[in-house]
Amino acid sequence: MGLSLKNMQKKVDGEIHLTDINLDFESGSRNVILGRTLSGKTSLLRLMAGLDRPTKGQLFLDGKDITGMSVRKRSIAMVYQQFINYPSFTVYDNIASPLKVSRMDKKEIDRRVQEAAHMLHLEDMLDRLPSELSGGQQQRTAIARAIVRDAELLLLDEPLVNLDYKLREELQIELQEIFKKRESIVVYTTTEPAEALMLGGNIVVLDEGRVLQTGLTPNVYHHPATTKVAEVFSDPPINYISCNLKDSQIQLGGGVAFPLSGHLKTLSDAHYKLGVRSNHFYLKRKNDEDIRLTVEVELAEINGSETFIHADFNGERIVIQEVGIYSRKIGSEIEVYVNPSRFFVYSDTGQLVISPS
Amino acid sequence: MNKWEDNKAWFLVLPVFVIVAFSAIIPLMTVVNYSIQDIFGPGERVFVGLEWFKEVLGDPRLHEALMRQFLFSGLVLLIEIPLGIGIALLMPKKGWGASLSLVLMALPLLIPWNVIGTIWIVFTRPDIGLLGSFINGMGIPFDHTASPTQAWITLMLMEVWHWTPLVVLLAYAGLRAIPEAYFQAAKIDGASAWAVFKYIQLPKMRGVLTIALLLRFMDSFLIYAEPFVLTGGGPGNTTTFLSIYLVKIAVGQFDLGPAAAFSLIYFLIILLLSWLFYQVLQNAGKGDA
Repeated sequence: MGLSLKNMQKKVDGEIHLTDINLDFESGSRNVILGRTLSGKTSLLRLMAGLDRPTKGQLFLDGKDITGMSVRKRSIAMVYQQFINYPSFTVYDNIASPLKVSRMDKKEIDRRVQEAAHMLHLEDMLDRLPSELSGGQQQRTAIARAIVRDAELLLLDEPLVNLDYKLREELQIELQEIFKKRESIVVYTTTEPAEALMLGGNIVVLDEGRVLQTGLTPNVYHHPATTKVAEVFSDPPINYISCNLKDSQIQLGGGVAFPLSGHLKTLSDAHYKLGVRSNHFYLKRKNDEDIRLTVEVELAEINGSETFIHADFNGERIVIQEVGIYSRKIGSEIEVYVNPSRFFVYSDTGQLVISPS
Repeated sequence: MNKWEDNKAWFLVLPVFVIVAFSAIIPLMTVVNYSIQDIFGPGERVFVGLEWFKEVLGDPRLHEALMRQFLFSGLVLLIEIPLGIGIALLMPKKGWGASLSLVLMALPLLIPWNVIGTIWIVFTRPDIGLLGSFINGMGIPFDHTASPTQAWITLMLMEVWHWTPLVVLLAYAGLRAIPEAYFQAAKIDGASAWAVFKYIQLPKMRGVLTIALLLRFMDSFLIYAEPFVLTGGGPGNTTTFLSIYLVKIAVGQFDLGPAAAFSLIYFLIILLLSWLFYQVLQNAGKGDA
């Protein structure tokens, strides 16, 4: 039981926005759609909601074809990037609005509104108008509006992107709790790998209108099937170092070579691309097996309590993410360390050969 | 605080102050000056206190002109605001249709006001005018220079044709500024078109509609050129609005004192009413996000 998208395609003015979309979402499941800006996340949500008709393909709910069903007849709730509330309604009336349309009993409406308001900590603001609320409270109201009607499909389109960092973290944690109690299919889009990991559940990695990989969120994170998935599912994007395997030795550029060990032992001789997440580079040696790379610093930026060093390793650009604040001179040569047990190995065509266990 | 820095700040305000002084404050003071003196010629003036104000306020013709003015502005607002919103709602949202309708809407606003009057004189002439001769041709006697009712109808038609586009353009801009997500959310909620208008579009347009209402009120209350050209205030005095009457006193009869007193009262009425409108709309618009 659940929602199925069969072979869906969406073209707008001859331009393909989405294609070959085959997805299944089970009732009560939490699903994250991860993709960069313009990857088609919002288009996909709109198709699922029925706000747009697909150019090709069908949409099934519990086995029934609902492709052509009008939005009004469907059981959907949606939260947007912008804080969408009725401007002249109080918070209470805003939360109650989807229920009022369905002519529900007044007492039942009140019970549900109070419950939703309680879940989102809006109890003290029920009499206020949206313009009298902070951004975070406005979005809380919009989320309460969405969960109050227990829709079969709850769609959230980057709901936290317009909130500041602190509020985002706070709501991320609360949303997880709220989603757990739902029987609806929850679909949540985001551009941020960290947010996707936090929400857990299932993930759909979307890029340029195509589904790249689906599965349990942590599984996909640990085994990104292609270089493209690894790029989308790492922030900063994963780094690649070309290498050549010969005589049980992996040879990188600049004369760096090391013997096969751990999960790499099963590899056969060929060209590969090694994928390394930025947080697996270190400025200091951590282990005896660590490989030392000499790189040239191109840019060093400090973000919060982390340092990001953009550097050049034999013509390949890598980003080193190190907790703490370090200063490195631009143009200088520095040494960075990485443990071979962290390597994702991709073939020259970008398919995952082996991932760290 | 550094005093020198404070003094420097005044220099920055000075240009604006000078411009406002010459464009508004000095002319206004001149009018005040005229309104409390009787001036016979250069150097011959007598202080008369509030006499001109008393004279003007007791003038029955002024009372009539004021009532006429209220009726006119009231009708203008009642017709143009709803009509303007209605047209804005019906206008295409994108594509060449949107550009075309915007150009069509802007046309009447680009014509000089006295030319508007002339256009409508010709348009409504009973003998050769397109509209005038057409109505007469249908067997309805039409001559706005003879019938006060027809003069009013003609004036209102002209005014609505001329100025509704301004309301349309403002309302249209307000509508276009509403994020698409609002309409999607309403669709998902199952809200009717009327509910979308009442609970999303109207509240979201409140800002621009306040401006439209204020502009239309002030402009219609000050109307001069179009009725002056079209009817000249007649037949009789039936379309003599405040500004036409004011010019009659000032230029026609050369009673500068009463005209100045009248001007000040006129100014205060507009200021007071505009403030009132603004307050009412601001209070009503507290829910505007």
